[in-house]
Amino acid sequence: MRVESAVSRLHPTVVLWLAVGWVGYAVLPWYGVDGNFFSFFWLGEGYPFEEDVAPALFLVAQGLKLWLAPLAILLLLPLLAWGRRKNDPFFGKLLIAVGALGLAWMLFQGFGIGLRGWRFGWLTMLFGELEDRQFGMGYGALLTACAFLFLFTLGLAARGAVGGDVFVVGSIGFVVAIVALFVFMPILQMLANALLTPDGVYSFSAFAGKFLSAKLWSLDCLVGGRRCGVAWNSLFLAILVGILSTLLGLAFALVATRTGFRFRRLLRALTVLPIITPAFVIGLAVILLFGLSGAFTQLSATVFGTQPTRWVYGLPGLLIAQTLAFTPVAFLVLIGVVEGVSPSMEEAAQTLRAGRWQTFLTVTLPLMRPGLANAFLLGFIESMADFGNPLVLGGNFDVLSTEIFFAIVGAQNDPALAAILAIVLLFFTLAAFYAQRFWLGRRSYTTMSGKGDAGVHARLPTSLRYALYGIVGFWVALTVVVYATIVYGSFVTLWGVDQSLTLKHYHQAFDVGWNEFGLHWRGSAWGSFWTTIIIALVSAPLTAAVGLLTAYLLARQNFAGKNAFEFGTMLSFAIPGTVIGVSYVIAFNVPPIELTGTGIILVLSFIFRNMPVGVRAGIASMSQIDRSLDESSLTLGASSWQTFRRIVLPLLRPAIVAALVYSFVRAMTAISAIIFLVSGRYDMATSYIVGRVENNEYGIAIAYSTVLIVVMLAVIGLMQLLVGSRRIGRRVSNAPGGQTAIAGAG
Amino acid sequence: MTKIRGNAASVSFEHVVKTYPGVSTPAVDDVSFAIEAGKLVTLLGPSGCGKTTTLRMIAGLEMPTSGRILIGGGDVTQLPATERDVSMVFQSYALFPHMTVMENVGYGLKFSGYSKAEATVRARAGLELVGLSGYEERLPSELSGGQQQRVAVARALVLEPQVLLFDEPLSNLDAKLRRQVREEIRDIQTKLGLTVVYVTHDQEEALAVSDRIIVMNKAVIAQDGSPRELYDAPASAFVADFIGEANVLSCKVESVSGQVAKVSVGPISITTPARGHQSGPAKLAIRPNRIAISPAGTKNSLPGTVGKATYVGSHMEYVVETASGSLFVVSPDVGAVHEPGQAIGLVFPAGGPVLVD
Repeated sequence: MRVESAVSRLHPTVVLWLAVGWVGYAVLPWYGVDGNFFSFFWLGEGYPFEEDVAPALFLVAQGLKLWLAPLAILLLLPLLAWGRRKNDPFFGKLLIAVGALGLAWMLFQGFGIGLRGWRFGWLTMLFGELEDRQFGMGYGALLTACAFLFLFTLGLAARGAVGGDVFVVGSIGFVVAIVALFVFMPILQMLANALLTPDGVYSFSAFAGKFLSAKLWSLDCLVGGRRCGVAWNSLFLAILVGILSTLLGLAFALVATRTGFRFRRLLRALTVLPIITPAFVIGLAVILLFGLSGAFTQLSATVFGTQPTRWVYGLPGLLIAQTLAFTPVAFLVLIGVVEGVSPSMEEAAQTLRAGRWQTFLTVTLPLMRPGLANAFLLGFIESMADFGNPLVLGGNFDVLSTEIFFAIVGAQNDPALAAILAIVLLFFTLAAFYAQRFWLGRRSYTTMSGKGDAGVHARLPTSLRYALYGIVGFWVALTVVVYATIVYGSFVTLWGVDQSLTLKHYHQAFDVGWNEFGLHWRGSAWGSFWTTIIIALVSAPLTAAVGLLTAYLLARQNFAGKNAFEFGTMLSFAIPGTVIGVSYVIAFNVPPIELTGTGIILVLSFIFRNMPVGVRAGIASMSQIDRSLDESSLTLGASSWQTFRRIVLPLLRPAIVAALVYSFVRAMTAISAIIFLVSGRYDMATSYIVGRVENNEYGIAIAYSTVLIVVMLAVIGLMQLLVGSRRIGRRVSNAPGGQTAIAGAG
Repeated sequence: MTKIRGNAASVSFEHVVKTYPGVSTPAVDDVSFAIEAGKLVTLLGPSGCGKTTTLRMIAGLEMPTSGRILIGGGDVTQLPATERDVSMVFQSYALFPHMTVMENVGYGLKFSGYSKAEATVRARAGLELVGLSGYEERLPSELSGGQQQRVAVARALVLEPQVLLFDEPLSNLDAKLRRQVREEIRDIQTKLGLTVVYVTHDQEEALAVSDRIIVMNKAVIAQDGSPRELYDAPASAFVADFIGEANVLSCKVESVSGQVAKVSVGPISITTPARGHQSGPAKLAIRPNRIAISPAGTKNSLPGTVGKATYVGSHMEYVVETASGSLFVVSPDVGAVHEPGQAIGLVFPAGGPVLVD
């Protein structure tokens, strides 16, 4: 018999969020305090009465910031739900009203009061001049806002939204709130700012002129002209990179999971290498190999007498570098999908007299369609948004992302142009997104049923297997050469000029010594190194958590506005880092949310930049798990949260690993958004390296990159160990001999 | 030793409608019924008739568009699955592939406030009840289909739910195992006095296990009654044909006096319960085994010719061509075989033919 929860006078969830709200309102400092988010020095700074560190309650009690007073009343109102049950209509309506009013009031006071009193004229008319100003919100405001948000969602759940599920409604509310705050608000603020002409007026004709310019859309190169428009360049490159990286990723995934290839574990490790490398480092290596004074160029000049050219600068070099960089992403996506195809489907096909080729072409490959579409989409968008490689390798081949950067940072300083370029970029990526949805259609790709799946995967056709070995072998060789170049380059005094070996780059960057305080990090790179590690370690689990939670909501729940929800959560992925960086600087430089110069802004930008990868990986894996597993857990009395934790998450382990690894790595290697957001106190490894490259200190830059790669390898190995792999079937295919056999109990 | 007990409660639907978003016709249309505590009731019908949607609404996996659902007298219409005291055995069994048999069976207990030790004892008792002691540490993929099915049943039983739901539980089993598992389910149900709602499209299975059968067709209830009522007195041609086999003949109600109607079929005339029918054309349903074969020319018999005769061991099956259409007739007499082409007379004994809508 199911044990009834203790009958409480006030619903326990209401109690929880009221407590959180009051802690935020009456205990913690309302406004942001200087220094680290987690430091508590403010306890000694006149807390709780000093204005800078006082909780809202103490401010109001002293007659300061009286506009915070209504929040106290709103935080008392939920007590009216005393003794009411959750299904009482009054309960739901009360909480909806309190939550909505609380959030609305916080937004109103946050944006209504600016740095110089009231922001809007009518407020001044209404209340007279305000002698006070707005400050950045702190922990107190954060907790109170959370309390209002979750009281609101609890109210909605009580009114029957999404089957009355508190966890699901709360999660939706949470994701919507953070996406609105950290994706939509900055972008809207930037677009609004950027549509302004330099004179401060909104002008549509100026917009149209820039939007339709030949620089963007010219097709000259097709008719023998010098170059095509930036938009076409980006599109063409992205499609090529998407297709190539998907095909290569599939080849890798098939070799790693479907062949008896002896070194397939090694293969997995090897393919991870390019993602743990900042993209522009691969660009650098490509220059060191194929550039004017590159190793291969020199070699070919000596042996064949060819004239060294700059062929690699532009489309060819970008294609090589980006495909090298993004194939592993496709591999990570596809490996889960290839493993997830139910072996019994393939066995069924074989018993229906399909040969190995026919099985592969008619069953295995079509079942991988969601994975293939995802992999292409990732490659396409990554290429569109890549900033490092075009910067290093682009030559005269201009693409959108770098143009945006130069529009804002360069001499032109034209934020309006940057916004227009961003709109074009957004259009392409969203079009790809919808094309993918259209291609997948409404077909079901569920292959892992509720019954424990027994059986083994079909072996690949022999000819295909050897073709795959060839492709993968070539690509592995190229990768090895690239990495050898990076490592070797870090020991070379000056590439192409002085090839003698030296350790001086490492000494300069990572010297360690002793002084009177103990260990002394003497090298110039340590500061940015530790910052990067900490930021990446903080953001990876947060990113994975938000991403997988969103994936669960999208794949498993039905609610009004789900399409808009999906669009919103995916949008940040379609926005290149450059745009995110600029928009964050614009939006979070002023109250009510003042984050520039902190580590939090870096963490936030990583979460919202990388979340969509977690979402996509999660959705792809979840669509392979039959819904009856969730439903059965629900009917057994587990709540949706418990179902998520005990059924969905354990079955999603490969997706979790992918999301953790990916977000950690991206946090360590990203450059485009970061370059706008770093500060003296929070410098990141990549921006430090780019700084060195700009100073022509290639040696230090490459040495630092090498150290990053080694560190990331270690962390990834550790994560893989901790999370483990999915344990479902115990039947194994005996690998050597190429024969399929089934071991284990019947 | 802890025993799994029954905790049965009644289930009732009051004018329940379920319309899926984007679909114009409802999946379940104004359905009302009441299931007594401790009974095994089957929802029977062809695929797409709304029986599974009905079951999922009892479980709380679907929410009705309108109407009320009561379990044990309490209104649960708005309660999600988690908060209902209902367990379900899925067609695919839905065993969690990453958990052992023991973890699967103990899963629900973990959320029901049992201590770890108690949960283990109960899970073991549940496994014993379905005869799977000793399989605790296996993974679902290491069990046969029948064993997986029993784990699914044990997992639902150990929670001692008010209502236990089965969604086509036998459809993944082979025929021999079906009969055995079906009897096991019925035994456990009677032993523990459980309220069970059982969905199937197999009429034989329904007749064998049920206290009561609710036949559904096109989102509404076609008939609700005991297996015997449904078989002997189907309300409509649909039910007559769906439950067992039936010959449906056109006939004419000559006169109605009280509860009895005088009906003519071709040359013969019979009396049968009127069941609300008025004079005029009507339909008559007759079970194949309720038709007696007699020599041609027998008084008040329908003349016909044997079209096909099949010997199936325990009985003979005939197809008889008559002026009213071809009739399927089952005769227990395997000794005196009527050859194809032979002229015979068909006699409808009292209580055999039923007027249907």
